[in-house]
Amino acid sequence: MATVAPARLAEVFVEVADTLVDDFDVIEFLEMITTRTSELVSVPAVGLLLDDGRGRLQFMAASDEETRLLELFQIQHNEGPCLDAFTLGTQVVNADLAHAESRWPTFAPRATASGFRSVHALPLRLRSTVIGALNLFGTDAGSLEPGDVKIVQALADVATIGLLQEKAIRNGEMLTEQLQHALNSRVVIEQAKGALARTHGIGVDAAFELLRTYARNHNRKLVDLARVVVTDPHTLPGLMR
Amino acid sequence: MAESHQNDHQDNLAAVRALLPRVDPPGDVAADVRTWLGRMCSAAVTALPATGVAVSLMTDTGVLAVAMASDKLTDSLGTLQFTLGEGPCVDAFHEHRPVLVPDLGTVAPTRWPGYTAAALASGVHAVFSFPLQVGAARLGALDVYGSEAGELSAAATGLALAFADVTVEALLDAQGAVSDAANPGGLDGVVDGHYVVYQAQGMTMVDLGVSLVDALARLRAHAYSADRSLLDVARDVVEGRLRLEPDSG
Repeated sequence: MATVAPARLAEVFVEVADTLVDDFDVIEFLEMITTRTSELVSVPAVGLLLDDGRGRLQFMAASDEETRLLELFQIQHNEGPCLDAFTLGTQVVNADLAHAESRWPTFAPRATASGFRSVHALPLRLRSTVIGALNLFGTDAGSLEPGDVKIVQALADVATIGLLQEKAIRNGEMLTEQLQHALNSRVVIEQAKGALARTHGIGVDAAFELLRTYARNHNRKLVDLARVVVTDPHTLPGLMR
Repeated sequence: MAESHQNDHQDNLAAVRALLPRVDPPGDVAADVRTWLGRMCSAAVTALPATGVAVSLMTDTGVLAVAMASDKLTDSLGTLQFTLGEGPCVDAFHEHRPVLVPDLGTVAPTRWPGYTAAALASGVHAVFSFPLQVGAARLGALDVYGSEAGELSAAATGLALAFADVTVEALLDAQGAVSDAANPGGLDGVVDGHYVVYQAQGMTMVDLGVSLVDALARLRAHAYSADRSLLDVARDVVEGRLRLEPDSG
């Protein structure tokens, strides 16, 4: 896989910095990280999981729906590269799915069946604490070059910084507060997707697009808007009937 | 050989459930809930490094009030928060996240001026407040008090989250008037990370024209009465095979 063009990399980091300036939306931010990671290193599918404080990982963002299902599959079966990166706190780079059945007996065949041939996972870490992992799925066996791995780890680090919005997370309490908030935000989005899907007679993915478009057009944060959709729908006559 | 001490939430949930009675309708559900919450507060005080535990719930009029506390001091400190409109529990509820204060003595005096002074004067030095919520569906908060300053360990935090999760389930089931005896697995939590459950909750809210809390209570009630898992029922809702009716289930 091609090493990243410096100009494009600079653009992405400017975009990230722009996002982090304001009171930003955590879900939208994480979705942006997964999408940009996918574009930058030409890996078609990227997902992000977070520690839920209950000894498990939870899905937070993905570049597309298939990745989301693969991430949920790892959580359900408690097995896969993302869990390895999270549990061991180390990078999984260029794992060849064709030769990974002994390592991940249920995950490897499932990912292969989805058309993927290689997988990478990088920990999201705050000093010695691992708070989640970024997962990349490739459709060819081609490997990430060392330069690409550095860039992806940098994006994972940026995701960590964005998640832990407090400028100085000094202790475990603040970490728990921030992570629980981010995790609950994801749940709010799913609830709003359900409500919108039913109201408009559309699928949940189309409902998410509707939510996103409305948020952009009305300059509202995605999570704030989602919360209003499910707690005060009458104030959104254009969106909820 | 080093053993993994990673927090196992299923074990925590099972341990917490084993400590507690069931809210078992038909019967006086309101009285049952009070009994349940009382037992939960006592169990939590014993299981956690805590000197007091309280549950505050949103009332019908939309304000928070202490529903149960392990002791008189904890009760009055909880009530003080709502009188003053400030404190960790108020913030946890409004900010949708835990507010964990291992040392009230180091809290900026402007944050909760009246509450902090009163708590310290009562000998409370640590407060940990966990929202009782499922996404945007909010029920209240669980407060854990300590007479000495000190952090909650990762294990204690996990256990406190388990107490909060089980409390959310008990409150939902009381609302849906569900008999827990009909719950086959008992592990199909509302907080199991199955996003399809949350999507189904949003759909059911629209189908029934009810609140988000009621929607989840109704889904759980339907799952129990049909002797199915909540996840299976949620999948049917999301995939269009099931739609709860306003007067069913």
